[in-house]
Amino acid sequence: MILPGYVIEKRLTPSSTAYVIIPILSIILALAAGAIFLELSGRNCFEIYSRMFSGAFGSRYGLSETVVKAIPLTLTGIGVALAFRMQLWNIGGEGQLYMGAFAATWVALTFPGGSGWWVLPTMVLLGMLAGGLWALIPAIPRAIWGVNEIITTLMLNYVAIFWVDYLVFGPWKDPNGFNFPMTAQFSPGAILPALGNSRIHAGLFFGLALTVIFYLIIYHTRWGYEIRVTGENPNSAHYAGMNSKRNIMLVMFFSGAICGLAGMSEVAGIAGRLQQGLSPGYGFTAIIIAWLSRLNPFAIVIVAFLFAGLQVGGYIVQTSGIPSSMVTMLQGLLLFFVLGGELLTNYTIKRMPANPSGDDMR
Amino acid sequence: MQETYLVELKNITKRFPGVTANDKVNFNVRKGEIHVLLGENGSGKSTLMSILSGLYRPDEGEIIVRGIKMVFRSPRNAISAGIGMVHQHFKLIDSFSVAENVILGDDRTAPVLNIKDVENNLAQLSARYGLDINPSSMVWQLSVGEKQRVEIVKMLYRGSQVLILDEPTAVLTPQEADKLFRNLREMAGTGRGIVVITHKLNEVMEIADRVTVLRRGKAVATLERGQFNRTDLAWLMVGQDVVLQNKKKSPPGQRKVLELKGVGCLNDLGRNCLQDVSFTVHQGEIFGIAGVAGNGQRELAEVIAGLRRATEGSIIVNGTDITGFSPRRVIDHGVALVPEDRLGTGLIPNMGAVDNLVLKDYRRREMSRGPFLNRRKAYEKVKQLVNRFEIKLSSLDAPVKLMSGGNLQRLLLAREITSNPKLLIAVYPVRGLDIKATEAVHNLLLEQRERGMAILLISEDLEEIFKLSDRIGVLCGGRITGIIPSEMTDIEEIGLLMMGGTGEMVL
Repeated sequence: MILPGYVIEKRLTPSSTAYVIIPILSIILALAAGAIFLELSGRNCFEIYSRMFSGAFGSRYGLSETVVKAIPLTLTGIGVALAFRMQLWNIGGEGQLYMGAFAATWVALTFPGGSGWWVLPTMVLLGMLAGGLWALIPAIPRAIWGVNEIITTLMLNYVAIFWVDYLVFGPWKDPNGFNFPMTAQFSPGAILPALGNSRIHAGLFFGLALTVIFYLIIYHTRWGYEIRVTGENPNSAHYAGMNSKRNIMLVMFFSGAICGLAGMSEVAGIAGRLQQGLSPGYGFTAIIIAWLSRLNPFAIVIVAFLFAGLQVGGYIVQTSGIPSSMVTMLQGLLLFFVLGGELLTNYTIKRMPANPSGDDMR
Repeated sequence: MQETYLVELKNITKRFPGVTANDKVNFNVRKGEIHVLLGENGSGKSTLMSILSGLYRPDEGEIIVRGIKMVFRSPRNAISAGIGMVHQHFKLIDSFSVAENVILGDDRTAPVLNIKDVENNLAQLSARYGLDINPSSMVWQLSVGEKQRVEIVKMLYRGSQVLILDEPTAVLTPQEADKLFRNLREMAGTGRGIVVITHKLNEVMEIADRVTVLRRGKAVATLERGQFNRTDLAWLMVGQDVVLQNKKKSPPGQRKVLELKGVGCLNDLGRNCLQDVSFTVHQGEIFGIAGVAGNGQRELAEVIAGLRRATEGSIIVNGTDITGFSPRRVIDHGVALVPEDRLGTGLIPNMGAVDNLVLKDYRRREMSRGPFLNRRKAYEKVKQLVNRFEIKLSSLDAPVKLMSGGNLQRLLLAREITSNPKLLIAVYPVRGLDIKATEAVHNLLLEQRERGMAILLISEDLEEIFKLSDRIGVLCGGRITGIIPSEMTDIEEIGLLMMGGTGEMVL
């Protein structure tokens, strides 16, 4: 019971208008709630919102920056969604991204003059392998002993981030880099081609291709069928003779591999080097994106684009003194309201009849 | 003058999304009577009693307790109005004593607990009605029958004048059921009103002073003792004549399909739960496993299907020792399982009929193209099965959790039967199904028997066991206490074996 006299009842079939209207209303409410904080900090919320919007989507530069941010968000979103499909809570996308970036960088730094055709494919392969193996570490105890993967994947994030920190502050630091925590610039053969003169790089192609592959695997292959069945009802999967242990390890491996690819495309597409603070938490935002998209791959692309816009818009208004934590707060509000609104898609709130003799009952 | 009832329900209507569970139902309870609420599963009996006991609120209608109109906001309100319900699944805490369970949630309990007082009161109360229980024993030590008595005493202790029992005999042996009925009669003798929910006709004949029959949410008749007989009641319940007998035609074959030799296993808590279980099932034979629920039936099915590891003994299917095989290899050796828990194990509630029907053969060559699932083939197969097994679906992709129990079971049986197994294990295959759906499932099982399939039928319903089985094995405390051809035994003997007696003791 939420309030005395009211009850929540489940709707058998969620109404189709609710599916469209409720998320839109939720977003509006989230922005309204955010506006309260903006106003309290003495700023005009309409002005801030319109500058964020035009900053992210209104100009050629803003739009291309939004796409640039959408690439790692899409990749990590697809990556964690694959694991979520099987109810494996891979919270380690961030760490897997860092490990992918690390392995790709190793290739680029080991073959500094490498300009052969094989350099980029090797970076892709090793980046994915590293991300995959990083996710396999928690997957093995999970598969065999049922060790909770939420904790292990979460903790391994910090190991990976500090490992990269160690490298860029230590052995891999660019000797000509004025002591900045970053490696030397990759050779041109180790840098992903860009679209025209923008910063949009070939990672966009990885993201879109993986979206389609994800869809085909999940909905059209036997393995995808096993993943869906295991995610929906592990008892059924066991009963049908599916090898859940093997699937846990495989799914976590590929989930990590896709996040690793995101790391590879960040170092090889944007920075051209490995540096501290490579990702502003893409692997964590990916969790929100995957959930808001209900693990649907095509929705992930769209939601990732919108979240990228939110981040870019946030950077734009930071120049006028809005703290960056405001953007993080807005992201949180969005998740909060959209997930809260979901309750209304599947449930309805009903008023109970008054009780004529209720007061004299104990 | 109008009669004052202990409790009266007037024009009760309760709608759930998609169904009207109760449609303008009138029901009342007199002092000192046993009133049976009879109806098939899904006819709205439990909903009606949940309304009376405060668990649900009616959409329309009135609840009148001793002449005063009331609205129950929670079971607590109903209990303080003197209405207590004993649910099918007991609500007891295993690690508490009987007395502690009884006072749990009772707001009359003094802040400083004097458990001795409570125990004395309980001992008196249970002695008065012949409900022998020890108030200081721990609940986990009790048998199912004893737990039920604790639930009853709990309601008496709280001063219930109307006692509702939901399918009280489902978990009892025939002998325990007789004892329960004697207890209920004594309670009615002190002026209380007893409501018994059931779908078993013989129980109505045995104990009812009055009976109200529900059919599809409507009360179709309320009859006094002497005004009803079995045939009338069956007709009222179903709304059409029921064909009760289907005879087995051919005798079972000689070839052994399943052979268990001294099989043992552990339950989920790691305790021994099957010990030295040995029996064989032949081609074209239905072997029934009778027993009170919770005596190792589920574990027996799981051990054969490879879902649970056997700790001793061996399991042989068609001459191959499959002990220790993975579930997948057991399936490949021709063992199909219709599990007890339809939506929890057998089917995937949120997936559609197509995804559910390919669960066992999605990896077969005819269902795939390389690594891909052949969706067109799957759809073809599903359409064929839906027609052949008369499964009613709103659409092939709608989540199966929206289907009725009978249709779910058809879907599950359709999948398992068409996988052409050598051995079919059916665990409680008609639990929760109405008479028509039960008939359909039974006919399907008998058809498979005629086609030479070996069937292991695990059921708690002795009528079902006797109707279908060629031989009956009784499982009690994880051991087989007897194996008898069904035409050479009767319910009494099986009942004794269910309590742990041996065949010889019956003489």
